[in-house]
Amino acid sequence: MIERRSYTRRLIEVEIPILLIVVFAIAPYVWMILTSIKPQAELAVFPVQYLPKNATLDHYRDLIARTSFAGSLFNSLVIATGAVVLGLGVAVPAAYAFSRFRFRARTGLMTGFLVINMFPIVLLIIPLFLMMRNLGLIDTYLGVIIGHSTFSIPFAIWMLTSYFNAIPKDLDEAAMIDGATRMETIRLVVLPLILPGLITAGIYIFITSWNEYLFAMMLSGQAVRTVTVALQLFIGEFTVQWGLLTAGGTLIALPVTLLFLVVQKRLVGGLTAGAVKS
Amino acid sequence: MASITSSYPHTVAPPSRRNFTPFWFLLPALLVTAAVVLVPVLQTFWLSLHDYLLYAPDDTRFIGLGNFRAILGDEVFWISLGHSFIWIVGVVGLQFLLGLGTALLLNQSFWWRSLARSLVIIPWALPSVIIGLMWTWMYDFNVGVINDALLRFGVIETPIAWLANPSTALYAIMFALIWQGFPFFAVTILAGLQTVPQELYEAAEIDGATPRQQLFSITLPSIADVIATALLLRTIWVANSLDVILVMTGGGPGYDTHTLPLYAFIRAYTGMEFGYGAALALILTFLLMAVVWAYVRRASRDLSR
Repeated sequence: MIERRSYTRRLIEVEIPILLIVVFAIAPYVWMILTSIKPQAELAVFPVQYLPKNATLDHYRDLIARTSFAGSLFNSLVIATGAVVLGLGVAVPAAYAFSRFRFRARTGLMTGFLVINMFPIVLLIIPLFLMMRNLGLIDTYLGVIIGHSTFSIPFAIWMLTSYFNAIPKDLDEAAMIDGATRMETIRLVVLPLILPGLITAGIYIFITSWNEYLFAMMLSGQAVRTVTVALQLFIGEFTVQWGLLTAGGTLIALPVTLLFLVVQKRLVGGLTAGAVKS
Repeated sequence: MASITSSYPHTVAPPSRRNFTPFWFLLPALLVTAAVVLVPVLQTFWLSLHDYLLYAPDDTRFIGLGNFRAILGDEVFWISLGHSFIWIVGVVGLQFLLGLGTALLLNQSFWWRSLARSLVIIPWALPSVIIGLMWTWMYDFNVGVINDALLRFGVIETPIAWLANPSTALYAIMFALIWQGFPFFAVTILAGLQTVPQELYEAAEIDGATPRQQLFSITLPSIADVIATALLLRTIWVANSLDVILVMTGGGPGYDTHTLPLYAFIRAYTGMEFGYGAALALILTFLLMAVVWAYVRRASRDLSR
């Protein structure tokens, strides 16, 4: 079917439309990066000057030297890493149980974890703020990490359960018949096999925690302010300094874009939680 | 490997044997989830029945359904609900159409297909604050690239204040969200398309079916299931999403970009009326219940296997 179609027809019917879509998808991103390397003088002209004449990294230097952005990058790194550790730490045993055991409450509990991910964030954020305030966890790393676990745990459980299911149960049974305890079986047989899945789930939790805004804004103050909250505050503070703002945006977006490109192929199946069976 | 892999991957244990092992594995997840989700949700119910102001928690009093009654008479609630409706239908609908088109194109073979797929997916990975920032900058009245391009092509004659103008603000934000979310549909539908057997198309060709007939008689019916699940999931996410609006306009000008979750958030965060905000959040949750139920039923269909 495809072979018979002539090259020009394919160019017009497929390649040019998809090129337009790709341009549409990445143009705002490219525009942000271009803005961040233009000197202030080139940003204030209209009609807009598209390409930088004197590309500069001044905005990046200013951002690091004049603001607390570097500290926010560190805070985000700590919180996202903490979210991965907490999320995987409780989700791996839970997913193992859902995959390897059949018990009465299984379907109900798994459905429950799915429903949690559908809750509006506003429903959780109001009482969570009160709870963290009572526990003295406002503006602490732990407070934000716990806030992020509301979405990372349910997601990780569903994703990892499907990865565990892909490993034949007979493998563990064979190991146990050979005399290994359940814990030895998990450590020596199951976990090594599920490692790629663990990495994917971990990276995904990292990305969502790094990108998250509402929980971070409600639960953090000056001490553990994350990059997304810091950038939003800058938007109010430096409205006309788009060079500075887009430099901040680029520094936040680049690491997650790279991580996302690494895992994107493996993610799609997990994200729709069984929507696409391959 | 093959010798120990039997054809019965999930052997069911006899149900009579009580086994507590799985619950030890589940315990950490259940405890954490109970603490950070279950308790807060119950507290939201409690809050919604009270007049609870964050700055005066000692004056909290039980007012029964008072908050809900006040909401029904609250003009801003109805405005926000109307916007939410436009928001969900417009954003999900256009994300879907654009995503479907992209998926159909990406399902063709051309030499840079895998590069195109990776690039198209990028908007989806970005944080909402960055999306708000990028688009606020591009929509800028004085030096924004969108006004610039439209003026150059002669589409408009004077610059438009996209985010400050009541008649364009909501649609301008919706466009940013459509941009961010269409890759989700594209990759999900593409994965579905790749499971459609090629023989169906070959048979249809032989029978003389046009590409259009093939699309409506083979492609779309084969991926209907994938589409339905993706639409439900996306509807829930888009209905709940408020951070891009919060970053771009904060709900303004006036109430022109208020949606239901944003209004709940603003009442709670800016107004510190946690009781009223909780009641609004619950109304949103109840309105979404039918969609969530439909999605969960689909997603958990294969659980008992």
